[in-house]
Amino acid sequence: MIRVENLTKRYGDSPPVVDDLSMEVAAGEICAVVGTSGSGKTTLLRMINRLVEPSAGRVLIAGENTRGLRGHELRRRIGYVIQGHGLFPHWSVAQNIGTVPRLLGWKPAEIKARVDELLGLFGMEPAAFRDRRPAELSGGQQQRVGVARALAARPDLLLMDEPFGALDPVIRGRAQDELAAVQARLGTTIMLVTHDMEEAVRLGHRIAVMDGGRLLQCASPAEMMARPATPFVEALVGGAERPFRLLSLERVEAAVEAGEADGPPIDAEASLRDALSACLWSGRDALPVEREGRRIGRVTLAALRHRAAPGGAGRAA
Amino acid sequence: MSVLAAPVASSRRVDRLGVLIALVAILGAILPFALFRANRIVPGEGGGIAAALPPAEAALLGLALLCFLAAAVLRVPAAVKLAAGAALLALACLLVGRSAGFLTPPGNSFARVAPGSGFWTLSFAALLLAADALVRLRLPPLGRVAVLVLALALLGLLLWSGAWDGLSLLKEYGTRTERFWAEGRRHVALAFGSVAAACLLGLPLGLLCHRVGRLRAGVLSVLNILQTVPSIALFGLLIGPLAWVAANVPGARALGISGIGAAPAFVALVGYSLLPIVSNTVVGLAGVSRSVVEAARGMGMRRSQRLFRVELPLAAPVVLTGIRIVLVQNIGIATVAALIGGGGFGVFVFQGVGQTAMDLVLLGAAPTVLLAFTAAVLLDAAVEALSGSNRRKAER
Amino acid sequence: MRLLGAAWRIALLLGLGVFLARPDLFAPIFAPLTRFDAPAIYDGTSLLSLTLNHLALTFAATLAASALALGLAVLVTRPAGAEFLPFSRALANAGQTFPPVAVLALTVPLLGFGAAPTFLALFLYGLLPVFENALAGLSGVSPGVSEAARGSGMTGLQRLRLVELPLAAPVILAGIRLSAIVSLGTATVGSTVAAKTLGEVVIAGLLSGNTAFVLQGGLIVAALAILINDAFLWVEGRLRARLAS
Repeated sequence: MIRVENLTKRYGDSPPVVDDLSMEVAAGEICAVVGTSGSGKTTLLRMINRLVEPSAGRVLIAGENTRGLRGHELRRRIGYVIQGHGLFPHWSVAQNIGTVPRLLGWKPAEIKARVDELLGLFGMEPAAFRDRRPAELSGGQQQRVGVARALAARPDLLLMDEPFGALDPVIRGRAQDELAAVQARLGTTIMLVTHDMEEAVRLGHRIAVMDGGRLLQCASPAEMMARPATPFVEALVGGAERPFRLLSLERVEAAVEAGEADGPPIDAEASLRDALSACLWSGRDALPVEREGRRIGRVTLAALRHRAAPGGAGRAA
Repeated sequence: MSVLAAPVASSRRVDRLGVLIALVAILGAILPFALFRANRIVPGEGGGIAAALPPAEAALLGLALLCFLAAAVLRVPAAVKLAAGAALLALACLLVGRSAGFLTPPGNSFARVAPGSGFWTLSFAALLLAADALVRLRLPPLGRVAVLVLALALLGLLLWSGAWDGLSLLKEYGTRTERFWAEGRRHVALAFGSVAAACLLGLPLGLLCHRVGRLRAGVLSVLNILQTVPSIALFGLLIGPLAWVAANVPGARALGISGIGAAPAFVALVGYSLLPIVSNTVVGLAGVSRSVVEAARGMGMRRSQRLFRVELPLAAPVVLTGIRIVLVQNIGIATVAALIGGGGFGVFVFQGVGQTAMDLVLLGAAPTVLLAFTAAVLLDAAVEALSGSNRRKAER
Repeated sequence: MRLLGAAWRIALLLGLGVFLARPDLFAPIFAPLTRFDAPAIYDGTSLLSLTLNHLALTFAATLAASALALGLAVLVTRPAGAEFLPFSRALANAGQTFPPVAVLALTVPLLGFGAAPTFLALFLYGLLPVFENALAGLSGVSPGVSEAARGSGMTGLQRLRLVELPLAAPVILAGIRLSAIVSLGTATVGSTVAAKTLGEVVIAGLLSGNTAFVLQGGLIVAALAILINDAFLWVEGRLRARLAS
């Protein structure tokens, strides 16, 4: 879907902010770009929609070189979400969401239908929210409108720069789940910049780690934890946290085995991390597993321990 | 001219603002450099640089102009631009004085030579380049004050040296030297005195408005209305009440209060000054962060200690900004006081307008502008130094 | 409170209207202020025509100054004009130190006496508040909002028209208000160079020692200033409310 080749950005004579970077994101994938501040991750993102013009290299979207388009025309085809939403304070929610469709010259009726559809998708009653102003919304609602605005013209690619950075932890978790659900439904390719590894593991099908303008590693979360390419990546994926993060990537159903266990059951959709937590808290070696109320087997502490280590079964990295 | 005509390979080497300034300077070189008039009120006839100056001096000015154009158009260090601007300004000022001797027939005391539109435009261009360079140099407050003092000293030297004595402006000055200084003192007293009085009234009033929320809206809206009344009308409106005071309050006349003259002008100027001072005091005090005030309370400072050691010092830059606005404004409005017999430099302006003698207008307007400009630069520097020292203290 | 404020403004407007239409009705009020049987109401030119002239001059100058100042402010806040920004700011700041009277008097040799030098002085002096405020308004648009506008694929012109100008509108309008009020006052002084404005009444009063003239000229200008100021404030308030709520 999107292919970055030898992309470089330098300002004057100082060392390049992004240095000869190449990577690829497959269609329908969420790629989380992680790095410390100053690693060049935001510049990389802004070069893709050409808010920043690259010094060298090129960007191909669906095989098409973005150089051939005018900047603002390119940006109308790519969704863009920034930290703190950046909603236009003088426009209603509907006008905000309809920004790009209006720029593209859609018919008013089409725009209205699309706005209502998106509000519905994000669980906001259109009749209640359409005419409100951004200042009348809660932080979480503003953030949702920001994402809805970016999706309004049905872009195939969505760029997100610290989209949940301004939210408190509880709302952030909910917003992340919501984004994952919406993405799964629409199949939009997403490139998401964050400094929060937890968020990257939670959302990213693949994670790209940047430092000093270079790409250190681009891999699935499981592989990155199992085989970090450099000490920096290892530190970033978090030494002590690693087993729990590994477990949080998989659902209980992946580790179900035949057999019985006592005590309250756990849902097959829950994460292995939740299962471990339940084992430790209730002092049991195994938990019964249920799906839609029917018992389907058990998950054991031994299996969890096995999967919490690198190269655990069932994870062909 | 060749500088402009030369094709420039890269636009990076051309200073676009400099091109604009160069165009202004070229316009100045075309317009008449000096005006010759047979007497002080007939319209003058202009002469270009070549006609208004002896050949050698005209060539010197032409050369300086070429250097100036080059320094303006090319991307050279700001210090070079500053030097080029200052040099052209100094030379133009010196030579316009020389043109007076050159153009006036010997022994003719009625003829007047005044700087022409070309001189003013040329000086304006030089000032623009120098100002742009000063902006780019980002001088610290004290540095700006030093530049101002130096410029004023040079101007004083120019006037004192007698280089301009042949010009009509100084001939007007020569025939009313005493009056000039008397009106000048009047002007300064009106402008500065009214600001001082407004501070004495406005600071406590602002403090009161800050403490008593209910007062704030009322006081500010009354002052707002006062501010919208045009100066000339307010001066006029005060004539009646003050005449009544002078006639009916014992001792008022002895204090110099009368219907016309300086008293209504002074009162009106104080009235105009109140709004910016009061509102800036309120804004400045409101801007002191609550946590700082809480900390001061926590350390056991009394209310008055908090006010004088914490709140007022932190609000000072904003309050001073209000005083700056008022001072510059009052120096300007004080010229109108002449209309009601209040004196000040406005006397010359209105006399000059009446007699269509522009030199006389200039005799009143130039010192006013100079005074206002000096006050603005000094107080701006003070505001910056003050807020800078607050910031430095905060960082410690 | 608000009702009271609106009521006294309407009363002021009505009073002004009646006074301008039938000034002779008010002669008994002003008569005690005159001496030696001087007329109580200015009779050199009709007060109504002076007022209309005054307003027309102020309006034209403010309109022209606002258009140019806004254009300049837009120019120096674009990337192409950015290098002019610090300089133009310093220039505007220095320009503020020129007293209106001096500007007025010094434009006479260029344009002669009458409305023309007054218009020029009002125009020049009116530029600064609008320029300063437009600059503050346009550069005060939050970085997040302008980033979002760019990211949505707006062209430079669309960003200006759809986002920056609407957001800066209240601040720009405040600048136009300041400009208009300063012009209204300076137009009064314009009578010293023979412009047909309400200053004529005040100056006639000052010259003949007729306080009644001074008072009526001053009162009309003050009433106009208060009403115009309030009208602007009202529109500004509406604009701000639209942005805030």
